[in-house]
Amino acid sequence: MPSSDSPQSQRGRPALAARGLVKRFGDREALRGVDFEVEPGEVVGLIGPNGAGKTTLLSILAGIAAPDGGEVRGDGVAWVPQHAALYRRLTVAENLTLFARLQARAGQGEAGPAERVARMLELTGLADRRDDRVGTLSGGNQQRVNIAIGLMAEPAVLLLDEPSVGLDPAQRARLWEFILGLVGGGTAVAFSTHDIQEAERYAARIVVVADGESVFSGTGDQLRQAVEADGGSDPAGRDDLETSFLSFLHRAGH
Amino acid sequence: MRWLLLKDLQILRRSPAQLALLVVYPVVIALLVGFALTRGPEQSTVALHNATPAGTTLGVGEDQIDGEEIRDQLCDRVDCVDAASREEAIELVESGEATAAVILPEELADQIRSLASLAPQHPKIEVIVNRSDTVENQVVDDRIESMLAEANLLIAKRLSEAAGRYLELIRSGGTIDLLGRKIEILGLENSEKILRKLADKVPPGQDRAELERALRFAGLASENLDLARPMLTAITQPIAADKTEVGGEAPSLDTFAIAVTAALALMFVTVLLVAGSLALEREENAFTRLTAGLAGRTQILLAKLGLGTVVGFGVVLLLLAVMTAFLPIQWSRAPLWILAAAVAALSFAAVGSTLGAVTGEVRAASLGAIMICLPLALLSLVPDDAVGPAVEAMIGVVTALFPFRPSLDALAGGLEIAGSGTWLNLAHLLILTAAYAAIARLALRRF
Repeated sequence: MPSSDSPQSQRGRPALAARGLVKRFGDREALRGVDFEVEPGEVVGLIGPNGAGKTTLLSILAGIAAPDGGEVRGDGVAWVPQHAALYRRLTVAENLTLFARLQARAGQGEAGPAERVARMLELTGLADRRDDRVGTLSGGNQQRVNIAIGLMAEPAVLLLDEPSVGLDPAQRARLWEFILGLVGGGTAVAFSTHDIQEAERYAARIVVVADGESVFSGTGDQLRQAVEADGGSDPAGRDDLETSFLSFLHRAGH
Repeated sequence: MRWLLLKDLQILRRSPAQLALLVVYPVVIALLVGFALTRGPEQSTVALHNATPAGTTLGVGEDQIDGEEIRDQLCDRVDCVDAASREEAIELVESGEATAAVILPEELADQIRSLASLAPQHPKIEVIVNRSDTVENQVVDDRIESMLAEANLLIAKRLSEAAGRYLELIRSGGTIDLLGRKIEILGLENSEKILRKLADKVPPGQDRAELERALRFAGLASENLDLARPMLTAITQPIAADKTEVGGEAPSLDTFAIAVTAALALMFVTVLLVAGSLALEREENAFTRLTAGLAGRTQILLAKLGLGTVVGFGVVLLLLAVMTAFLPIQWSRAPLWILAAAVAALSFAAVGSTLGAVTGEVRAASLGAIMICLPLALLSLVPDDAVGPAVEAMIGVVTALFPFRPSLDALAGGLEIAGSGTWLNLAHLLILTAAYAAIARLALRRF
């Protein structure tokens, strides 16, 4: 589970920080001056409506897309795409070995490729399926391999784009157990999701992105309080976070 | 790049169906094309009915051509089927068993003999053709015209030779068989000798002058008849063709077939493999992960070019090794054609990478590869003289923008012909490789 300490109370040097990010696709502004940061060992959930700019923000933070404005600071960032970026005809071990070799050649991480692969096979619990082709694995196991590849480089920051999409509740729980177990050593995690409950359950801090802007950053309780203070919530406090989130967006004009 | 290439080869090894489609199928198709090219056109079947009486010879005097000789001459360039009657010959044509029928009429022998008489007739044979096959009509017409030309030439030569011997008999004298009787011909030369002896004995005067005139005529006639024989020979074939070959050296048909087969296999295997493999990087979402700090777009492109070159080159080597059982291949020239095959494979890999990068989907890339490669390869095989100058120029430009034609020429050159042409084709291929790779690299920016 994420740390219960408020990130704001432990502010140190962020593992990853972005200031004033702007991204345009033609005439459309996908990001409009977004600030973002994540501390070492912190888990941040990015939520927002479809097209809000979550994936664009993660892509820029990962260095895959270049921003039209603003800057990103942070080293050792690994990115895990939404859909498993794996070679389905290769085995689990072959996929891990390929990316371990490429990461080693790119100077990512210190351990050798064989050591990384052995560690990830152990961590993912897929050692007994190392010689199975990835295409024969379940969606949950494919996602574990997908994330393991991101973690093999021993990153300071792990960026996950909707990591649990398409998984059933049991698979999702196992996946988060796996992620949180891996990040216990101080790796920062930022993930996007459409599942508000998932964000509240696993993230220490929630960032709400809407229409290309970061409109909220805090815990789930802080989001409820913000809505309640604005008179948009059930006074009896029966609202779940999703209701508060929708109310927040409505009152913020999104 | 090494790990990326190794990964692609691993994926290929894990896909037996893909291996079969990308390697076995083009090889089989290419072999079929190669054999079809080397086999040459099938001979047309012609029904032949010889109505001349059995044992009849055709000809003049001692120069007789028997029926078998005429048949052999007529059937030299076609497959002949004997028909017992004119009706049977027509039936064979109507049923499609024969594309044409040739009837030698009963009176043909007399007509040919009459050519050496004072009242020559015009010998004719009957030709019956089946017009239902559009493609074959022109071929049959050409074949029959060629057949008749050959037969006419044979008869004309025999007539010429017979006439020459008669002229020689008139000039030098001798004996001739006529209706079983030997008849002695004095000849102009002997006549001149006799007249000369007589003239020496005749005193000068009117009679001597008349003899001198006869002597001059006999001498002139003898000299001029001596020139008549070569003239008669020349008349049978007044124009002879003296072929001089100009322009670049062309490969033999066997070499051309091998080069076509290899170029086709190379094209299909390499373009399809590289286009599909690059598009697969996107379909499996791996491209974005790779380009997120693990491998550059140029490295990925180079790995695909390497994949296409290695696999395409391997297929060509296998293909040529198999083809040595059927067609002659000069292994002593291996360094040159191996270089040609490698450069051609690289060039086709560049085309495949362009298709893969532009489409970004395996299916679209494969479809595009077939739709582009097949017509361009066929266009490259159209002979220059088969179309008008404008179309020829257009085809030349289009095929110069695609690696098939220069690959074909480079392979043919490597297999048989030495010279600067092969190196020019290799340079052409390298330019195309650079151009297609540049387009692919640009397309990968938005992959």
